[in-house]
Amino acid sequence: MSGFELPAPSPLVVPETQPFWEGTKAGRLMLPRCLRCSFVIWYPRQFCPECGHNAVEWFEATGRGSIYSFTIVRRGEGAYRETPSYVLAFVDLHEGPRVMTNIIDCDATQLQIGESVSAVFCDAGDSAALLRFRPILTE
Amino acid sequence: MTINVQLSQCVLEYDVSLNAKAVIVGAYEHPGRDLPDRSAQQIHAEVALGALADAGLNLQDVDGFFCTGQLGFGAISLAEYIGLKHLRYTDSTFTGGSSYLCHVGHAALAVASGKCRIALVTQGARVRGIVRGAKLAPDTPEYPFEAPYGETNLGIYALAARRHMYEYGTTARQLAEVKVAASYHAQFNPNALLRKPVTIEEVLASPFVADPLRRLDCCVVTDGGGAVIVTTPEIAAGLKRQGVEIRGHGEAIKHTMSGRLDMTYTAAVWSGPAAFEEAMVTPADIDYASIYDSFTITVLMTLEDLGFCKKGQGGAFSADGALRIGGRLPINTDGGGLCNNHPGYQGGMIKIIEAVRQLRGEAHPEVQVKNCRLALAHGTGGGISRLCSATLILGRGDA
Repeated sequence: MSGFELPAPSPLVVPETQPFWEGTKAGRLMLPRCLRCSFVIWYPRQFCPECGHNAVEWFEATGRGSIYSFTIVRRGEGAYRETPSYVLAFVDLHEGPRVMTNIIDCDATQLQIGESVSAVFCDAGDSAALLRFRPILTE
Repeated sequence: MTINVQLSQCVLEYDVSLNAKAVIVGAYEHPGRDLPDRSAQQIHAEVALGALADAGLNLQDVDGFFCTGQLGFGAISLAEYIGLKHLRYTDSTFTGGSSYLCHVGHAALAVASGKCRIALVTQGARVRGIVRGAKLAPDTPEYPFEAPYGETNLGIYALAARRHMYEYGTTARQLAEVKVAASYHAQFNPNALLRKPVTIEEVLASPFVADPLRRLDCCVVTDGGGAVIVTTPEIAAGLKRQGVEIRGHGEAIKHTMSGRLDMTYTAAVWSGPAAFEEAMVTPADIDYASIYDSFTITVLMTLEDLGFCKKGQGGAFSADGALRIGGRLPINTDGGGLCNNHPGYQGGMIKIIEAVRQLRGEAHPEVQVKNCRLALAHGTGGGISRLCSATLILGRGDA
């Protein structure tokens, strides 16, 4: 499944999360990091839910990660109701967070836990792109 | 149980044990599973009246009301609809399928402290044949980071199942054992939605819905619900029906931990020990357990998290009919959510009711645990990435 034909519902963008979504539109993975304890926060927030500090800085992450778990969903709901199948996954970003995503551009039957993946940004309306991943091909 | 809470400057010490200070005196499961001609509020009313009749009480005896608040304006709309006129305590905690176990724990606290004397907990749901809408509103904090990727309950439980298999070697056959045990019990329940016993091979031959989960790894979707009545030991002693003591209660929320989610365990690792400690018993003392079974993997993880076996050993523990009547830990003798009933995608109320039946000796004779004195009921609400686990320990009053 190539993945670019998957539904891409527009997420609700609010001021708190706008730096993240602006990044996705520009093809960059921007993450918030606590200015006190350096914890990398997911999903994005403007305060640190680990230490309680109320200031963060945004930095550009590598977009590299590895698959924590994945499944081929054959019974989608909502926007995915008409999608015959798609890969839902959690990916461990190199920077620490474990994020929900889709794995695209892959043979879903050959995916493995631990497999290296890199970020792909799929347009989802005017103000956001979805953070998806594709396997990193090693020759 | 005495708890020491150390705040920055002071130490508080207080007694919070509820052990046997409240009693379930009425329980009623709606016999319907497919109720196209009923409204959800009608079902709430029917089960309320059913549980009150079971207890030998009347509608106007109720002074505490507990429901999820999903229907109308919190608990207020249903209080009016049902006709509850003397309410002085209400709680509309909503934690998905575990809500009702939380309600019973909260009701026990309320009656033990005198805030109310006769507490009614109800569930009513009408969902069959209705396309399930969005689980959450778009402005829910996590929604923009999950829903656009096609997140579903089924999908995230599948992610948990695959990771459990990867870390602990759990197999599809071991998952199937859970369904096989449920279906064995369901054949004796005339109200169960699915009454036909199935084999491991039949489970493994059912199609993937989100691999590694197959169709027969998933619970049923039903209409219906149930109700229970919680009161004081003094009032219970004056009623004809056998009461079931609330010996222990624990609840806990686990979530994605700021993006550091571990999918291999549930909040039962916290709710279980709290309930066991309050009841002053251990998993080895439990004669019967109602274990939330939204999916087969939910059961294996919960058995581990509650301490019935070591972490990662849920599959081995459940093999060879262990979860069936006569096995080492009979669970879900009504057929569970996998075969009997899972009203409105929430199975917690039914879990409590089957535990009450077992302790009263009123389960079907083919699935009644002999001399059942101590039971556990457990709920898992939400998903497996963020959830509320709730555990009750229930005991026969004379044991």
